[in-house]
Amino acid sequence: MPRPLISVSGLYKQYLENVPVLKDINFNIESGEFVAIMGHSGSGKSTLMNILGCLDTATAGHYFLQDRDTATLSSDELANLRNQLIGFVFQGFNLLPRSSLLENIALPLLYAGKSKSERRDKAMQMLNRVGLSEFGERRPNQLSGGQQQRVAIARALVNDPKLILADEPTGNLDTQTSEDIMKIFLDMNTEQKITIILVTHEPDIAAHAKRMILVKDGQIENDKST
Amino acid sequence: MIVGALLGEGWAAMLANRMRTLLTMLGMVFGVGAVIMMMAIGQGAELMVNESIASMGSNLFIVLSGSTSAGGTRQGSGTVPTLTLADSEAIRELPEIAAVAPNIFNSAQLIYASNNWSTQVAGTTPPILDVRDWQVVTGEGFKDSDIRAATRVLLMGQTVVKNLFGDENPVGKIVRVKNSPFLVLGVLAQKGQSLDGRDQDDTVLVPITTAQRQLFGNQFPGMVRMILVKAKSAEVMAKAEQEMVDLLHTRHRIHADKENDFSVRNLTALAQAAASTTEAMSTMLGAIASVSLLVGGIGIMNIMLVSVTERTREIGIRMAIGARNGDILLQFLFEAVMISLAGSFIGAVLGIACAYLYSQIYETLAVVTLSSVLMAFGVAASVGVFFGFYPARKAANLKPIEALRFQ
Repeated sequence: MPRPLISVSGLYKQYLENVPVLKDINFNIESGEFVAIMGHSGSGKSTLMNILGCLDTATAGHYFLQDRDTATLSSDELANLRNQLIGFVFQGFNLLPRSSLLENIALPLLYAGKSKSERRDKAMQMLNRVGLSEFGERRPNQLSGGQQQRVAIARALVNDPKLILADEPTGNLDTQTSEDIMKIFLDMNTEQKITIILVTHEPDIAAHAKRMILVKDGQIENDKST
Repeated sequence: MIVGALLGEGWAAMLANRMRTLLTMLGMVFGVGAVIMMMAIGQGAELMVNESIASMGSNLFIVLSGSTSAGGTRQGSGTVPTLTLADSEAIRELPEIAAVAPNIFNSAQLIYASNNWSTQVAGTTPPILDVRDWQVVTGEGFKDSDIRAATRVLLMGQTVVKNLFGDENPVGKIVRVKNSPFLVLGVLAQKGQSLDGRDQDDTVLVPITTAQRQLFGNQFPGMVRMILVKAKSAEVMAKAEQEMVDLLHTRHRIHADKENDFSVRNLTALAQAAASTTEAMSTMLGAIASVSLLVGGIGIMNIMLVSVTERTREIGIRMAIGARNGDILLQFLFEAVMISLAGSFIGAVLGIACAYLYSQIYETLAVVTLSSVLMAFGVAASVGVFFGFYPARKAANLKPIEALRFQ
């Protein structure tokens, strides 16, 4: 039996002397899963996602990603993990405002050391896949929110990641656009077997996932498959 | 490969905020421009001094006849002709001396056709050309036979040629000096200004005997006002001077406790002092201008620090998608260096243009050397790296999550 993609044990996170944000978190996520992490704002779900995405480090406990203990990795090794293994989708899209859509999508390839022509071809291909091929030279602010989020998804997928971390990806979008975005996530999961971890507080968005982890006051209250 | 891509990112960031980039550059533009212009002016001054020194002749002494004192009033050097042609001959025999030319001079009116011109007429001997490193460009110089026979021949400086003959070739023509006819034997090469600004070409040379007997009616025949002496090399200047002084002491029967009736001046030493003064001036100009490079560098650091703060979120996004600390560092460093280099380039163009304008307006020499341009660029690039490093490191050391959350 293969080892899980993500293995979290006794995870603990505390900022200064405040109340811990995360207390004794334990779970495994297998490759190919579609997991929703749910909870109210302030429950610690975003902090959990930042740790899973190697953007933040835990105060105590272990987080194994592909069998590697992230606490022992250097900042460059963590950057490489974010570059090669993980794709991020944020609530606020987080596109570079002064770069074109193609440049935004190609950026992870730049840090992966890919050639210019390879970056351009791959970015074009990804832009095509999210149905925005005619807007390649535009700036993000010339697009609607839903279109921007599709560009962000294209950027997350461009380096063929194993894991997509989406933090409230539909939080700034209307219901119809949200459904479109969720469909893209579902397709990625079923067709490419990409593991997806979705952080949300909306039950109807979380309903797309096949497993739900409910976080409350920094602890896992419920972990169930649907 | 990634370095090339990061250069591109730095370049894009530079273009993204053109106005700010331009204002940041201004510091470097003026810094580099000032350095190049100042160094050009300094180099020009040095070159002019060196040319004057070369035109004077090298390893040169002047022996002047002494001063008189009558009733407590002391006259200047050369007022009493204590030096003789025999002294000149004796100096010639000293081991460290290469050439000797005795000299008497006065001003006189020259007439050719309808033109006339007052100039300095110097009576001397053929070695004068050797002593002063002077060439005859057309015609020929006078010979020892001209000295013996006191012939009426002369060599003409370029300024005199221009004023008497215009474009005409003066060689073989007769001019009148103090109403005596003289044959123009040759024309002297152009020498330009002397260190004290005198026109060295405004002169004619005649045989010393002719000057003594026919032009200046010297009451003490055989006397000279000064003797120009060229030593064999720069190294033996001191020795040559001592030999001359000793020789003249003996010849003039001057005891150690008596005042000399002659004086020896080392012109080359004077010239070298002038040269080192201009060199010091040019170094100082460069140093002052360099301060503005420093100020330009601080301007870059200032803007880059603001830029890092302003772009914290962008840095966070880049880190989230896989930028390593080194990648962020290089991107910001490249941006600083490119701003600094682009500013230097504009500054170099501006500096060269200003140096040219300066030389035109003040009719002087300003020399832009390749080394000064390269130096200014080198310093500018170093300034970019030095002052860009701190902001770039600040950007690179941001924590991904803190940068991403920055509002």
